[in-house]
Parts: sequence; C-alpha cells; structure tokens
Amino acid sequence: MKIMVCPLNGPRPVSEFVYAGEVRHSPDPDRCTDREWSDYVFNRSGSPGLKYEWWCHIASGFWFIALRDTTRDVVIATYPVESVRAGTRGSPA
Amino acid sequence: MPHRLIRFALSQRHPEPRMFTRHATLQREYEVVIIGAGGHGLAAAYYLARDHGIRRIAVLEKGYLGGGNTGRNTTIIRSNYLTPEGVQFYDESLRLWRDLAEDFDLNLFYSTRGHYTLAHTDSAMRTMRWRAEVNKHFGVESEAVDAAAVQRALPMMDLTCAGHAPVVGALYHAPGAIARHDAVAWGYGRGADRRGVEIHQQTEVTGIEVRAGRVVGVETTRGRISTARVLCAVAGFTPRLLDMVGLKSPIYVHPLQAMVSEPVKAWLDPIIVSGSLHVYVSQSARGELVMGASLDPYELHQTRSTLDFTESLSAHMLELFPFLSEVKVNRQWAGLSDMTPDFAPIMGVTPVEGFFIDAGWGTWGFKATPVCGKTMSATVASGRNHPLIEGFTLDRFERFQLTGEKGAASVGH
Repeated sequence: MKIMVCPLNGPRPVSEFVYAGEVRHSPDPDRCTDREWSDYVFNRSGSPGLKYEWWCHIASGFWFIALRDTTRDVVIATYPVESVRAGTRGSPA
Repeated sequence: MPHRLIRFALSQRHPEPRMFTRHATLQREYEVVIIGAGGHGLAAAYYLARDHGIRRIAVLEKGYLGGGNTGRNTTIIRSNYLTPEGVQFYDESLRLWRDLAEDFDLNLFYSTRGHYTLAHTDSAMRTMRWRAEVNKHFGVESEAVDAAAVQRALPMMDLTCAGHAPVVGALYHAPGAIARHDAVAWGYGRGADRRGVEIHQQTEVTGIEVRAGRVVGVETTRGRISTARVLCAVAGFTPRLLDMVGLKSPIYVHPLQAMVSEPVKAWLDPIIVSGSLHVYVSQSARGELVMGASLDPYELHQTRSTLDFTESLSAHMLELFPFLSEVKVNRQWAGLSDMTPDFAPIMGVTPVEGFFIDAGWGTWGFKATPVCGKTMSATVASGRNHPLIEGFTLDRFERFQLTGEKGAASVGH
C-alpha cells in the first residue's frame, strides 16, 4: 500500500496518513462491569482479516474510515464517517 | 577426484552431520506440544527435557527452524529495563546467555560491546537516570553519563545530530551484547533433539481441541495429536492461535523492519540506540552495520519491505554518523511483532487448562530467549507460573495492573 484514497482529498501518499486502530464501540462505563470495561480498554481483535479502521489525513486533519485487508495490505474502501451514520455504507462492527 | 567426492556425498555410511533429526511421522500422543520452533519454543523444549525430565515433546513449526523473529531480529542483548519485574527477568537472561555457548558446545559469537541509549532531551535524560537507579538497585551495571563521556567513547559520532537533536547524555549499560541469532535456535534445537525432543518442521497447527476447559489435542496438517499440554510460542501468529482456544488478548501485530549495510572495517564497538531518532545500530563480527528503527505505523500481517523505512532510517543514521554517506545498504527484511499495551510480554498459564503462552514479545524477545525457556519450561512442568514471570501474566489486564516497560523498549513507538 503506497497510495490511499482520502474521501476528502483524493489519492495521496500513505505517509500523509496516520492509522488510529480498529473502529470499536465503547460499552457504557456507568453500567458495564469492570471486566467488560477492561475487555474494551485492552483487548483487540489481533488476527488478520477485513477490518474497519480509523485513519486521518494529517495535512488536512480529516478523519475517515477505511476498510482494509490486514493480510494483504490492500484498502478496499474509504469513506467519511457521515456515510456510516446516514446508513448508506456498511456499518463497521 | 570428483568421482570419489560424489561417491562420498551419496554414501549412506558418511551422512552429513545434521543439527537435528528429521522425523518421518508424528506420533499420536505427546506429553507436551510446543508450537513454534523459534528460539523461545526450542529453549522451552531444551529445558523441559534437560531439567524437568519430560522427553515426549514435539516442537511443531509451520515453516523452518528459526525462520521467524529468531532469525529476523537485530541480536541485541541487554537488561537495562525500567520496571523491577523487567530488570530481574532480563538480568537472569543475561546470566544464562554467558554460559550458553559452553552449554551447547557451539560458538554463538556472543560479544559484549557496551550499550548506549542516547538522550536528546532533558526528559529523556530523566528516564535514563530512572532506569540507571532501578538497574543499580538490582545489581545491573548501568549508569547515566554526560555528552562528553559519549563523545569519548564514540569519537566518530556527530553529537549535535546535524544540529536538530543534540545528544545531552546517555544511559550506559556495560553488559550490552550481540550474538549470532541463528546459532541460538540451532543450539537449543540440537540440544533438545539429543535429549529425545522431536522437531517437526513444515507442520502447521490448524486447530487446538479444548474439552471442558482443558486442552486435549492438536490438529495439524500432518494429522491429529493427543496432548494435555500445549505451549504457544509463535510471536506474530499468537492472535490466530488464541482464536483456536477462544481466548482474547490485547496483542496487536505490526511489522518491524531492519536492514544491514555492506561490510566495512570495524569502527563501531558499542551498540547505539536513540529512541528520539528511531535508530539502533551495532556492527556485526563480519563488519555489517545491523540497523533497526521503529515499528511500521499500522497493523499488517505481512513481512514486506518498504522504501519509507530505508529512507528514514538512513537519514537518521547520517545525522549521527555523516561519514557513512557512501556506505550502501545491502538488504532489508521484516518480522511480525506481537505488541502489548504496556510493552511487557504475556507469559504463563491461561484460563484454558494446559494451554500456556509465551507471547507479546513484540520487539524485545531475542534477548529473553534463554530465560523464557527456563521459566516457561518450569511453568509447563508444574502448571504454576514461575515467580519471575508473575508480572507478565495474561490476567494482569483485567486487574488493570500493567507492567509499564515503554520507557525502556528502546525502539521508538
């Protein structure tokens, strides 16, 4: 992977982006058990596969979601967060 | 006399002495199955056979012996860590390293060089002093030194780092050493083999059978094996193995790259590390500069090489050593690092009875090879965590009791 398509800026070199981990949903800290909370804080899905991830285009400060195959290092799709909220794109996890 | 040579080569009477036996078939049952024939797995097999009298051991390896991170690291051995747990653990490892060549009757090219961790800022210097004090407390030879001392030891280094990150001091660790990493795997492999351990290469584990919370067997590409004890020592493949037994962990996998230069005349005696410049470098016995930087910036389960890595590492190397500008890079490679949130490993018993792990070795596993073998063999033999690994158990995360080693991880993360 050398080029990534930013939903805002188009194709840019991958060095202009930072990776911020898989998209995950936080349990309600007031209602969940300590165990559920530690599971959320520390545990990760470490095995390879297709993953929805947070990425940021540093130069423009634009955050978006990428669907990436972590075995082959291939980005399958990138899209802004809004399209997930609006339900027009596959919801991550 | 080429004919005689060929006859000799083909003769069954004078087979080439091999480091270990090739076993044609897997047995149906073993006392212990070790997954991963890297340094850690083979060391555990060696000590299980030598010190704990367990002989029916199979070491399963999906590739070839020592072909994972054992053969991909930059061979640095040190014990100047930050936490009491870490310092005591790695110091025990260093003690074991010193006798290892004799144990194996094999030259490991173990070479004590001294190790400088450079500090470029006051806050980095503060961490160096902290590490030095923790180290001294546990009898480990480390001291904080000033820039002048660094310059005396390394007259060829540009202490200003091209003006933008001047060196203000360093943590000096006299026992810092390098060794020939392949020989470590071969030595443990041969030692284990001679004591009856079976090493099966090209044998991939495809499943682990767990019944009523305990391990009962292992599925491999060469058939099923019954066993009550499995030790998982597979570095970057740990999450996949944990999935097979239904365990969750904080391990995430990023590639770590390294490269070597062409061989040059010996000029660099100590090992140099700079967390701020993302450089660690030593000169091997044959004159190559062995260099590494930091983890690749995103998750990936692949050992591809990138130009970004070579470019940025070379740039930082030139800031420290401008005279290397004409030296060529010979080759680069990558390994898969199983990283943890606190930069300490994950070892010992797990909630699945009979399933033991030696994982989370991220970028710091090679130096720990002997002590991991020692402690994991004791853990597997007794079913209870060895006292030296109690700070590294998997359940420390649910107790929010981390063993923070980031300040001593040496690679910039």
